Amino acid sequence: MANAKEKSSLVITNEYTPVEYDPQYILMVNALKKYFPIKDGLIAHTVGYVKAVDGVTFNLKRGTTMGLVGESGCGKTTCGRTILRLSGEKTGGQVLFNGQEVYDLTAKEMRALRPKMQIIFQDPFSSLSPRLPVGEIIGEAVREHNLVPAKEFDDYIDDIMDKCGLQPFHKDRYPHEFSGGQRQRICIARALALNPEFVVCDEPVSALDVSIQAQIINLLKELQEQFKLTYLFISHDLSVVEHISDSVGVMYLGDLVEYGSTDDIFSNPLHPYTEALFSAIPIPDPDAKMKRIVLEGSIPSPANPPSGCKFHTRCARCTERCKVETPCQHEVEPGHYVVCHLYDEE
Amino acid sequence: MAKKTNDGYLSAKEARRISRENRKITNAYEKNRKRKNVPESEYLTQMRDWNNSVEFDDLHTYFFTDAGTVKAVDGVSYDVPIGKTVGVVGESGCGKSVTSLSLMQLLQRPQGQVVSGEIRLNMGNGKAYDVTKAPNEVLQKLRGNYVSMIFQEPMTALNPVFRIGDQINEVIELHDGEGKTEAEIKARTIELLEMVGIANSEGVYKMYPHELSGGMRQRVVIAMALACNPRIIIADEPTTALDVTIQAQILDLLRNLKDKINSSIMFITHDLGVIAEMADYVVVMYAGRIVEKGTADDIFHHPAHPYTIGLMASKPVVGKKIDKLYSIPGKVPNPINMPDYCYFKDRCEKQCARCSGEYPGTIKLSDTHEVSCYLYYDGKEDA
Repeated sequence: MANAKEKSSLVITNEYTPVEYDPQYILMVNALKKYFPIKDGLIAHTVGYVKAVDGVTFNLKRGTTMGLVGESGCGKTTCGRTILRLSGEKTGGQVLFNGQEVYDLTAKEMRALRPKMQIIFQDPFSSLSPRLPVGEIIGEAVREHNLVPAKEFDDYIDDIMDKCGLQPFHKDRYPHEFSGGQRQRICIARALALNPEFVVCDEPVSALDVSIQAQIINLLKELQEQFKLTYLFISHDLSVVEHISDSVGVMYLGDLVEYGSTDDIFSNPLHPYTEALFSAIPIPDPDAKMKRIVLEGSIPSPANPPSGCKFHTRCARCTERCKVETPCQHEVEPGHYVVCHLYDEE
Repeated sequence: MAKKTNDGYLSAKEARRISRENRKITNAYEKNRKRKNVPESEYLTQMRDWNNSVEFDDLHTYFFTDAGTVKAVDGVSYDVPIGKTVGVVGESGCGKSVTSLSLMQLLQRPQGQVVSGEIRLNMGNGKAYDVTKAPNEVLQKLRGNYVSMIFQEPMTALNPVFRIGDQINEVIELHDGEGKTEAEIKARTIELLEMVGIANSEGVYKMYPHELSGGMRQRVVIAMALACNPRIIIADEPTTALDVTIQAQILDLLRNLKDKINSSIMFITHDLGVIAEMADYVVVMYAGRIVEKGTADDIFHHPAHPYTIGLMASKPVVGKKIDKLYSIPGKVPNPINMPDYCYFKDRCEKQCARCSGEYPGTIKLSDTHEVSCYLYYDGKEDA
């Protein structure tokens, strides 16, 4: 009996209503789940799961930018990587890229799709191979995927480097010879060299200085217009997200608690967590008086999340119901979704 | 290895020559520092204003590296008044951390040396010490009791193999432990942990750093810094590694604690938002020099130096819609080969003919507001 009970905590429910493909969206994510098993004991059997992404649903329109914000450990990066099929198999849900379920593809089909979806990593100091010259870092994937004829290869790389603000003579240099901002330009050039449609930007500016940040953000925006790119912009810096995004998703402990257009979210935050998060942004004006909502404590462990609404342990407006019942998604205004019991319809 | 271009690289012979010369210079400094029984009169000094807790006066801190001399801090003067918070802003590599390390005398020696200038520390009893000349035994008493530091990375500032309690006990034993029993020291540690808002203080006392979250670790580092009631706390980017919600908690904590033990804070960060919230006075540094200083109101409402203006424009602000962010063109000049004109000239949009002359002196715009820029030379006398 005890054995059966133990096993019930390991059962993964994977219930969702499949979505129909809508051509205006480049990416449709439906109830996406990614759990990492916790292994223990001599034979390393699974004793539980870290629910890094636990049912995330959103759609991303072609040529727009979606910002994904949240505290560290809330699953933003895992969400981005799972969409790109970079962290093994998903646990549940759907990822439709141009209407095609990414996880149904064979290895060969996946390889053909890879150039269409790219990623820019957070830390430009560790994501570039120190042993390859910059030209090779940018050009390696282009050659692997046979995107351009060998004759045009050099010109093609020069062209991409030029668009990303790098000089042709940088090609023979190694990453250690560049500053942080220049390295991030190399990372961007590497992603764009494959002519992608969709780019996940995983905290591309958080390791950079303020003045360099502005250069990189402007560059990303210019390139978006030029190549009609779609970005998923992961960041914990809310002011940067507000500047660059068309829509914003707020994550907390693996859940997307609020999702909507940038204007809606910033002018009218609905979820108590979003409110607290926004009130914590420091404003560069010494006279600004803030009604700050200071959240007590820190983010709970995703291996053992609180019951009911995951935010109830830190929520100022928590009710008895929040502690037991898991809230579901409500569309409060058109296109503005929130997961909270406060907005339940009677 | 043969290099394609000659510029930017040194020949092995040249590097050896520089290294030999450096050793001569640094050995002289080290010899001077290692003297025993230095009389107090040598490092006793007078404060310009006894309401200041620390005065930096024309501080020069150089690093003698094998590639050449890096003037990390090149003539920095500012005051930290008692009970106030001074924010130091600037990009990485502008010398803001080196200034604070000079005050703590924790520079990477023998390469890093304070070559000239004074750092006057108000001892509170009518005495003032020049920490750049004070011998090691005296410094040991100053650190912790008078000056203490909150380090940037709470993940690396704590030792992973010792318990939290032992690490804080050590600070108290070392700096303020005379005549205290073990039980007293433990009681003080528990009190400190409670003061920084750790609820389960007895439990945390026995924990190792890896068992705590980033915010909790930063609280422990703050508790360590406050252990001996220092008169001045240097907070070196204390919230950079933290999330906004945790950052708000830590800033609240620092503000409350400052009032409780009535000390001054030197707050080092590159986040202008945090500075605006915390600081009474602001110092803006660029390439080892102060380009502008004043009250928070001066700097945020009437920024004068083109660098300060650029820095503010390049940070997106929530609630302000702009199409394109302003970005300061170019990059910081090479610290080994600084130009002999204004360091910001090559990136400045408002440069004029005078900017090619020598580095501009400071101009007083008001009683509290000073700027180093030729734009403000007309009609104002040199300060």
